[in-house]
Amino acid sequence: MTQPRSYVHVRNLDKVYRSKQADIEALKSIHLDIQEHEFISVLGPSGCGKSTLLKCLAGLEPITSGEVILNGAPVKSPPDNMGIVFQRDILLDWRNILNNVLFITEIRGAKRTDYEDKARTLLKRFGLEGFEHKHPWELSGGMRQRVSICRALLDNPELLLLDEPFGALDAMTRDDLNLELARLWQETKKTVLFITHSIAEAVFLSTKVVVMSSNPGKIDEILDIELPHPRALNVRETPEFGEYVQHLRGHFTTLGVLQEG
Amino acid sequence: MGWLEKNNRLLSSMIVLIVCVILWEIACHILQVRPFILPAPSAILIEMIEDPNYFIKHAGYTLMTTLAGFALAVVLGVLMAVGIVHSVFLDRTLYTLLVALNSVPKVALAPLFVIWMGTGSEPKIAIALMIAIFSIVIDTVLGLRSVDKDMIDMARSARATTMQVLFKIRFPCALASMFAGMKVGISFALIGAIVGEFVAGETGLGHVILLSQGMFDTARAFVAIVILGIMGTILFYTVEAVERILLPWHTSQRVNTQ
Ligand SMILES: Nc1ncnc2c1ncn2[C@@H]1O[C@H](COP(=O)(O)OP(=O)(O)O)[C@@H](O)[C@H]1O
Ligand SMILES: [Mg+2]
Repeated sequence: MTQPRSYVHVRNLDKVYRSKQADIEALKSIHLDIQEHEFISVLGPSGCGKSTLLKCLAGLEPITSGEVILNGAPVKSPPDNMGIVFQRDILLDWRNILNNVLFITEIRGAKRTDYEDKARTLLKRFGLEGFEHKHPWELSGGMRQRVSICRALLDNPELLLLDEPFGALDAMTRDDLNLELARLWQETKKTVLFITHSIAEAVFLSTKVVVMSSNPGKIDEILDIELPHPRALNVRETPEFGEYVQHLRGHFTTLGVLQEG
Repeated sequence: MGWLEKNNRLLSSMIVLIVCVILWEIACHILQVRPFILPAPSAILIEMIEDPNYFIKHAGYTLMTTLAGFALAVVLGVLMAVGIVHSVFLDRTLYTLLVALNSVPKVALAPLFVIWMGTGSEPKIAIALMIAIFSIVIDTVLGLRSVDKDMIDMARSARATTMQVLFKIRFPCALASMFAGMKVGISFALIGAIVGEFVAGETGLGHVILLSQGMFDTARAFVAIVILGIMGTILFYTVEAVERILLPWHTSQRVNTQ
């Protein structure tokens, strides 16, 4: 191969969920390359296989055929240098906020003392200082999702996977978190795969937007977003931004699945 | 507001209870009901005060067999549930069998336990165990299974072992459902203990009721029944109190939604 080796390299990925009733072709012939430090958004109607793609990359779902290569090695089980944020914050109600953030490193067998200070610093960075000993059910939705971002970041992963993390939040909180995520990426240059329903969110955050369609789940287009970084929220009022949104929305209108946002 | 409402509820049910007891007392006197048919509450109270040690001894015995049966049901039931959740074989055999047997009136088996285990406390504990275990197993299996798949994926993303998933995710998640099963189970354990005492033996409140029946000493039977009622209520609320302490997130949500 002559092209430079990419950080995430997906070739000919097929994923079929087999069940007694029917086989579901969740992903069909997926080709995707993600370079280091890229921020990739995946956009598509619900049920088109976005979460499945994320789980295949994360080593959480076995692939049916093709290859998924992360940093040169085939993904067989969840790699260490990866953090995941799920759609619902899935915090553990029986642990306080600090212990929730420490959960992943605890499972990996790390010493608590090695990470406790880091966890506190992260929480502080996300505006959660003073909440360390509160429990998840005492926090608002936005705060809970911030905690789950902290949990994913604690072990300083190179690759950050987010599966519609802000879908359940109100518009204001969503804007806040979009800004924080943009700032985080600007500072750390982690490689990010971000799944979303919202066209505006995808354009605002990403260097590239991957558009998927369903039945079977496949990639329709990969669009480079050439807006300068760092981006402020008012970039959304520029004509360039509008053109990207327009273009992407066209995708879904022709597909017959009009997306708002 | 929740506190006031809850205590209002307690208060109003106490008032209804007291009114009923007073009506009962008055009815017994006005209608001249013969004491061996229905003793007046005052007669029941006198019966209880006359020989408290007798009742304490028998109540203690019933309490011990109930608690022993219940504790064994919890330990065995949870172990079985863990097995069922982790093994397709146990799920197909044991669990299917348990669910089918759940609808059988298990009380009918009580006499057999006396044949197998004699007339000591063993058959009573065994009957209490048998009756209590069903709801505990079924609700624990339900709880262990209904864990959010994303939550398990989150743990798996750190390559959690099956044991880590079980103890750090599944069990805490299942606790709410387990407690629902245990609250049913504790009441059933008490029923099991009484049935055991009905069938054989010389001790326990069940035995007291049977003995009083033979001697038409209805007041004494009523004392035993009242103690059983109080015991059952206290046992139930004890389990609920433990739940409240262990699962503040669950109980706090329940108060909010009520
Ligand atoms: N564990 C599973 N077993 C069977 N089918 C599944 C499973 N997970 C997802 N699917 C199916 O695969 C398709 C893609 O699902 P998913 O990846 O969750 O889509 P998206 O995240 O884009 O909404 C859907 O048709 C869904 O029903
Ligand atoms: Mg999804």
